[in-house]
Amino acid sequence: MLKTFPKGGVHPEEGKYSANSAIATLPLPKTVSIPIAQHIGAPSKPVVKKGDKVKVGDKIAESAGFVSANIHSSVSGTVVKVDNVLDSTGYKRPCVIIDVEGDDWNENIDKTEDLKKEISLTDKEILNKINESGIVGLGGATFPSHVKLSVPDGKKIDVLIINGVECEPYLTSDHRLMLEKAEEMLVGIQILMKALSVNSALIGIENNKPDAIEHLTALVKDYPGIEVHPLKVQYPQGGEKQLIKALINREVPSGGLPLDVGAVVHNVGTAYAVYEAVQKNKPLIERVVTLTGKSVQKPSNFMVRIGTPVNDLIEAAGGLPEDTGKVINGGPMMGKALNSLDVPVVKGTSGILIMPAELSKRKEESNCIRCAKCVSVCPQGLEPYLLNRLAQLEKNDKLETGGVMDCIECGSCAYTCPAGLPLLDYIRLGKSRVSQIIRSRKQ
Amino acid sequence: MNKLFISPSPHVYEDTSVKRLMFDVVIALLPALAFSIYFFGMGAIIVTLTAVISCVAFEWLIQKFILKQEPSISDGSAILTGLLLAFNIPTNLPIWIIIIGSLVAIGIGKMSFGGLGNNPFNPALVGRVFMLISFPVQMTSWPVPTGFSNRYTDAVTGATPLGVMKEGLSAGKPVSELMSNIPSHMELFYGHMGGSMGEIAALALLIGFAYMLFRKVIKCHIPVAIFTTIIAFTGILWLINPESNADPLFHLLTGGVMLGAIYMATDYVTSPMSVKGMWIYGIGIGVITVAIRVFGAYPEGISFAILIMNAFVPLINMYVKPKRFGEEVKDGQ
Amino acid sequence: MSATILFTIISLSAIGAVAAIILYFVAQKFKVYEDPRIDQVEELLPAANCGGCGFAGCRAFAEAMVKADVLSDYYCPVGGNEAMTAIADVLGKSVEAKDPLVAVVRCSGSPAHRERVNSYDGAASCAISSSLYSGETGCQYGCLGLGDCVDVCDFDAIYMDEETGLPIVVDDNCTACGACVKACPNDIIELRKKNKKDRKIFVSCVNHDKGGVAKKACSVACIGCSKCVKVCPFDAITMDNFLAYIDPNKCKLCRKCVTECPTGAILEINFPERKVKTEETAKKPVEKAENKEQDNN
Repeated sequence: MLKTFPKGGVHPEEGKYSANSAIATLPLPKTVSIPIAQHIGAPSKPVVKKGDKVKVGDKIAESAGFVSANIHSSVSGTVVKVDNVLDSTGYKRPCVIIDVEGDDWNENIDKTEDLKKEISLTDKEILNKINESGIVGLGGATFPSHVKLSVPDGKKIDVLIINGVECEPYLTSDHRLMLEKAEEMLVGIQILMKALSVNSALIGIENNKPDAIEHLTALVKDYPGIEVHPLKVQYPQGGEKQLIKALINREVPSGGLPLDVGAVVHNVGTAYAVYEAVQKNKPLIERVVTLTGKSVQKPSNFMVRIGTPVNDLIEAAGGLPEDTGKVINGGPMMGKALNSLDVPVVKGTSGILIMPAELSKRKEESNCIRCAKCVSVCPQGLEPYLLNRLAQLEKNDKLETGGVMDCIECGSCAYTCPAGLPLLDYIRLGKSRVSQIIRSRKQ
Repeated sequence: MNKLFISPSPHVYEDTSVKRLMFDVVIALLPALAFSIYFFGMGAIIVTLTAVISCVAFEWLIQKFILKQEPSISDGSAILTGLLLAFNIPTNLPIWIIIIGSLVAIGIGKMSFGGLGNNPFNPALVGRVFMLISFPVQMTSWPVPTGFSNRYTDAVTGATPLGVMKEGLSAGKPVSELMSNIPSHMELFYGHMGGSMGEIAALALLIGFAYMLFRKVIKCHIPVAIFTTIIAFTGILWLINPESNADPLFHLLTGGVMLGAIYMATDYVTSPMSVKGMWIYGIGIGVITVAIRVFGAYPEGISFAILIMNAFVPLINMYVKPKRFGEEVKDGQ
Repeated sequence: MSATILFTIISLSAIGAVAAIILYFVAQKFKVYEDPRIDQVEELLPAANCGGCGFAGCRAFAEAMVKADVLSDYYCPVGGNEAMTAIADVLGKSVEAKDPLVAVVRCSGSPAHRERVNSYDGAASCAISSSLYSGETGCQYGCLGLGDCVDVCDFDAIYMDEETGLPIVVDDNCTACGACVKACPNDIIELRKKNKKDRKIFVSCVNHDKGGVAKKACSVACIGCSKCVKVCPFDAITMDNFLAYIDPNKCKLCRKCVTECPTGAILEINFPERKVKTEETAKKPVEKAENKEQDNN
């Protein structure tokens, strides 16, 4: 029996078209626009101004607090402006726009491909390095990594969990990374283990990636303390709480964090970025992005500089298909639909999914028939049909007691609803209202 | 470029719809329908057609002319109600009674509450119970299952096994003597007995059950809870005194237990939302059914049991919640 | 038989009598004194329970007013000055008359003026759409057209125009309770003074973008050119971040700004037809809005 989380979950069509295409390096773009808010927490403060020359890896925006992250230039060239630019939501957000000139790297960065296994830094130094390099959770949540690694007093961490699940359909960036950069990633995991001073790390991988499981299982023999665990293909296996439950059978308390049960979860992409930062001195300036979709000519995985326009990726994969109806930043279950293709790739962009028009429209809505399918698929044990109704009626107190804050917004309920109801739309609205109320109560 | 669609996540949907779920249940009912036509002949066909057509027609008329809505008969729920109504009545019932029953089922049981999804009681059972109380004579004269040659209203009638048992026991006869007047358990299993049109063939109903489970249309909890409760309850009575109480298998195979537990009690709209709730609901139905059969005035009680438990469903939904992720840990700390 | 009936009657009557006695004593024991003026005040309120006063329903409002020393902070927008004076009489206090208000929709971005650049396919709620992205048009400030304001209105005073996709206020029904103002995530709706004959002049735009950007997204946007500010003889118009605002308390309804506005973003409503013909471009949207409004009245 494969390990999995005990309750709920769905199994959408996997559609991993790009699983067999090796990571290709995308040509440098002409200009990049790098948003200063690419992570959860305070937006960074720009430290460059119009006309400044920057090299690859130079810091262009500084972390503005503990929960924030540095941002580095992903290209070399001249800063054109620091201005508000439309982002993926259509609202204007501050961005640093750089015209690309050549590919001139900051001289501190080790550009060689050699694997460097020995970890010379102490745990404090590792933490500083990660903080300095602007590393955030690359699974999509973009939570600054150094925050997760700074364990508060009184908490004991005994296990590091590495998320190689990639439960989102279509996406394959983590899958390719595990195949092609496995050793680097394992060293990265060792670095993370050292920073947290734990002796055990578990890599969870969904069973639809047998090649990655096999490859890593063979390699981990040389890396004491690291284990690979195949997991059942079930969405949302990669949800932090679900993954912890599946791997070590501990349940993160409602409203709590993984460190309340002695675990820290990092994505495989983050582990690779940590390796590059600590061993090669290379800040987070590029990442693997999957460009895929049913009618995309060449579904691919690209190594992309942060700030590259999404359009460049689409061109490299054979252009935008005729029948495009929707372009999604991320996977089909939790990704955000884009309304412009000029928006840049950011630290949290794990994939760009192009949906054909006939799959883009939502189902027609009809009455709720109380079939309870949403209740049975909810991995958090909530009652989506009820929360949906309460959110529509703005019964915020009942929403709170109904556990709306426990919702992980995985979308299983809306996915499975035979009546095509926009359950998660309303639940998310209710959640944001309730969290506002909770915040104002604390003040 | 076309205009891009923008919507919140998720962006993919399971290939399912209300219509498909309804028609899956209809498909699951077809084996039982075939058995009924085999045993009751023309009557079964006439009753089924009348009930289905009048249910669909009433739903269309009410939506079109009274509620002024866009008629939604294509979702198949009215067809299903009609089919279940037909399954719940004797095959020699006059057409006009069926039409009145359909009107009550659709009009009062469903549309007066706002249509599909809002009705607290199973519409088909509302119709059936209305007819049972209003036309007790017609509703309890069961045609004998003589085969396809069976005629419609002037069919030969007889009692149901449950009726024989009830009458015999109240007259003070022992079970062993009554059993000789009743078809064997095997005959009961494939449906050779008198009764409502669709309730007789346990075998066919179980085939439909398997189909619905396979298609993930329903969960097994409610039927299993009902069956277990009935077996346990009647089993205890039978062990206490096998001469005045029929055996559990007899109770399971006769009357509407199979039909009720598999198709009526599992009706989405009128059953609880959580697994725990489903167990409570199923056990409740089982207990009430046996109580009516053994201690009540009617020989059969599952339709009343389901309607009574339907009334408790909002209460069950309010107090019986699924276990939340991380909830227990919080309480423990 | 008659004995059964007799027993039934006697026993039921006895139970009834005992229950009545218990109820009487319990009611006495748990009696709560309530100021009778609360009921009187509540009588005078319109019983709309809309929350426009800031209290949870008319009774809560009545209780608060009975307790209050001065009534200056309390106002029922639905009952208006009439109800407030009557309440003040009951409570032996005084109120000042307030100008009646009416809701106005500050966006004219119909599809003809504001091109749709994508199509929203989520739940039909402005709140959800606005938390997701900037909307179907290039203008991130304007009306989203999904009707949250219509859903919250208790008085049938606002509806969506099918052609323009914009909400229209029915002045006669509007009680200025403010529910729509709160419901609109883009703060398009404003409560403005209800002038004589429902006449009003206002900037029907909330776009803070620079002129060029605003104009590109919507042909009837305020481009922040400040022409209206200069022409206004009463200093009623202010310019904030490329958006003009007409102060309803200073505006004397002279209509000079309306003809001056190059995009037709300033609307005049319920005014008599002008004698002098103005430029075609400026007049077009104005006429449209005017006709709509007259249809309703």
